[in-house]
Amino acid sequence: MLFLYLPVLILIGLSFNASTMGVAWKGFTLQWYEKLMMDPSILDATVNSVVIALVSTGLALILGVGTAIGLEKSQGVPMPWVNMVMVLPLVIPEILLGVSLLMVFVLCQIPLGFGTIIIGHMVFNLPLTVVIVRARLRKLDPAWEDAARDLGATSWDVLTRITLPLLRPAIWGAALLGFTVSLDDFVVTFFVAGPGSTTLPLKVFSMIKTGITPEINALSAVMVVVSMVCVGLSWLFQQRSTLDS
Amino acid sequence: MTTRFSTSSAIPVKLSLLSAGIFLGLFFLVPLLLVLAISLASRGTYGGIAWIATWENYQRLLDPLVGTIFLRSILFAGLTTLVCAAVGFPLAYCMARVSRKWQFILLTLVMIPFWTNFLVRTYAWVLIFRADGILNTLLIKLGLQEEPLPLLFTDVSVFVGLVYGYLPFMVLPLVVAIERISPQLEEAAFDLYASLGAMFRHVLLPLSKPGFIAGGVLVFIPSLGAFITPYLLGGGQKMMLGTLIQQEFLVSRDWPFGSALSFGLMGTVLLLWFLLGRTSYGRDSS
Amino acid sequence: MTIMNMVNVCVLLLTLGVVGGCSESSTSSESNASRRSTLYYFTWSDYVDPDIVAKFEATRGVRVVVDTFSSNEELLAKVQTGMTGYDVVVPSDFMAGLMGRLGLLAELDLKKIPNVQHLEPHLQQLPFDPTHRFAIPYLWGTVGIGYDGNVVTEPPTSWEALWDPQFSGRISMLNDEREVFGLALRVLGYSLNSVDPQAIQQAKHKLIAQKPLVKAYTSEQFDQLLVAGEVVLAHAWGGPVARAMRERPSIRYAIPHEGGTIWTDCLAILASSPNRALAMDFINYLLDEEVALLTSQRLLFASANRHVRARLPVPIRDNTAVYPPDEVLPRMEWMEDVQEAIRYYDRAWTELKVQ
Repeated sequence: MLFLYLPVLILIGLSFNASTMGVAWKGFTLQWYEKLMMDPSILDATVNSVVIALVSTGLALILGVGTAIGLEKSQGVPMPWVNMVMVLPLVIPEILLGVSLLMVFVLCQIPLGFGTIIIGHMVFNLPLTVVIVRARLRKLDPAWEDAARDLGATSWDVLTRITLPLLRPAIWGAALLGFTVSLDDFVVTFFVAGPGSTTLPLKVFSMIKTGITPEINALSAVMVVVSMVCVGLSWLFQQRSTLDS
Repeated sequence: MTTRFSTSSAIPVKLSLLSAGIFLGLFFLVPLLLVLAISLASRGTYGGIAWIATWENYQRLLDPLVGTIFLRSILFAGLTTLVCAAVGFPLAYCMARVSRKWQFILLTLVMIPFWTNFLVRTYAWVLIFRADGILNTLLIKLGLQEEPLPLLFTDVSVFVGLVYGYLPFMVLPLVVAIERISPQLEEAAFDLYASLGAMFRHVLLPLSKPGFIAGGVLVFIPSLGAFITPYLLGGGQKMMLGTLIQQEFLVSRDWPFGSALSFGLMGTVLLLWFLLGRTSYGRDSS
Repeated sequence: MTIMNMVNVCVLLLTLGVVGGCSESSTSSESNASRRSTLYYFTWSDYVDPDIVAKFEATRGVRVVVDTFSSNEELLAKVQTGMTGYDVVVPSDFMAGLMGRLGLLAELDLKKIPNVQHLEPHLQQLPFDPTHRFAIPYLWGTVGIGYDGNVVTEPPTSWEALWDPQFSGRISMLNDEREVFGLALRVLGYSLNSVDPQAIQQAKHKLIAQKPLVKAYTSEQFDQLLVAGEVVLAHAWGGPVARAMRERPSIRYAIPHEGGTIWTDCLAILASSPNRALAMDFINYLLDEEVALLTSQRLLFASANRHVRARLPVPIRDNTAVYPPDEVLPRMEWMEDVQEAIRYYDRAWTELKVQ
């Protein structure tokens, strides 16, 4: 446990360190947080990352939930093969994903930029969503649906009023995980990003190469705090909703 | 699997299924095929592709040079997986055997470092391992060392970085698997006068196997193709598979060879996948 | 939370994303007016100074987007794989020549870049582009050895110092195929542009012998490593060593007697750029005396503008890591494109790395 947290704590501690290059403590300072606020490139990159994560996760959710439901039901489709194709993007090393997408974009002369990054992220977000939703789908009791049908509900009704709500935790799980993965993705983004569409991981990478300024430490500290707050909120939210149900 | 959901006749479901199929087909299968095609082509003079068919790239895979890199990467990934398993199991056990409320808290705590950027987390290890880094400064202050230990840019530092990066992937499936094992089984073992070690060997471990396998796969595969961690913590010293592929694409600009390497990597991974599929999974458990 | 709420949330997320995406990508997706007022600058990671860029943005009323790379090969790879959205790029000498020959660079209209008259004499007729058709020198310098004077008490006079077993595990080399092999070739008495496979093999063996002593192959971190004391002898570009000197005064810079690379990074425009006029304006701006002066002071690299030298503060001007002394210049060699022979280098480099 401690092992997991050690680097994070060190990063946070260093974000208050006045020294530029070394690790030696040179005095407490908030200057890195100031610089962080004022550095447009880092802020740009962060915004880019968040936007891309939102869009790719959103699209993956929309396509993925439907796909999961459809797959669970369909007959006559060669299931093992479909399963494999669905899971393959997650199993294949990211570097291959990134490189193959790059090749396609280059040969089709598609300009690299936001769109290509979003597509790249969707390639792994979509299967992720499908896998997560399907796992939950299998555990659902068909009796709910059958009962609804017996009461005269249409397919659409069954879908929206029974299935989807029952899938809610899985959908949230998929959304959260997909968002996290997209936000943090480096390898695929590295290969398919275009001029000016820098995401946070890419920006961090280039900063690391030139000697990471402690701004990044400050940024990490901020990110840790933000995620703790988010999780805290979602926990509170869950507590309340379990009371409801 | 008899009575299933009749919602698949709903239009939106059909639509999403179709679109998903097209999307993946276009942006996943086609690129893969393209890479396959390129791996059979030749390199242009200044990089880029000359569409002349050749087996040369795959022949180069058999080159001892490349073979060494493959083996080394497999070894590293394997070792990382083992260590993750060893370190992860105790943690997973604790998490599985604890009350619901604590479980959620612990789970979240494990996930939070994940929310910081992967690169930055890995870089933090550079700061720890450096000659003027935290670890060495501590060791010297405590009088345990005279000179700083050369920890950075060694196999060890890369190794630690890999384990650190992928530990949660091992812990989470293990927790799920261990949860399924009823504590009563352990009690029963003790009632039958089994020692702790025996209980462990004959009860816990075999029953946790699915967790180990899932976690193992989740750790092994990314470790095999990793190139960030070796880059940051390895100092450009050791060539691993991921580093080589990246180099072929971005430095030597030998795309056909890089493609062949990528396929070789994928082949290794798929082979492993099949082998594992035979031994345990196969069913719908997840 | 009912189903409608959930649908609403999804839609909301998606809309946020799309709207955010649109407003962001309006700078990179082409509405002509906005594209013409944005300049994309692709340069070395340690050449970026936000103030200098900001001033250009302010005076011309445009936006400059800066991306960075850390090796010439990376630049070429990115441009070849379709990252053609950049306007101004900064290839090194031989790479500029290569890119020019491959038709990747736009022809420059020197009338729009009057500052080209102020170039240092030795930069005015470069072998790879004597008439400045494609590229104009921007910053220049040498490759030498950065070392810690407190530990390495005898200043290194030869590249062989990097093979000194006394400092095993505390030596770093650049992570640059041509530079590292160039060094080995010079030590063996060959030209660093050798195309002879035998020579390259010899160089490879020499480098393999050195490998156990090398802590790291890095082109960006050697200055940090010097400052941290991890490394006491570094194969280095002058500028970062000069910056490291600030943090650790015992660091010095030496140019071995065998000589080494003299380099200049040039400003060039991609042939695919839609903004040539603005790009040429930017190039002229970077070469402007005041701007160049500021650049050199900040980044500690020698400027191609010859008037800058006299105006720099003495500690910078006399720092051999920034401005090599005149007597050293004849020993230095320009790196040139080796064409087909690069395959030998590629292969040998991979073999070196695998050891």
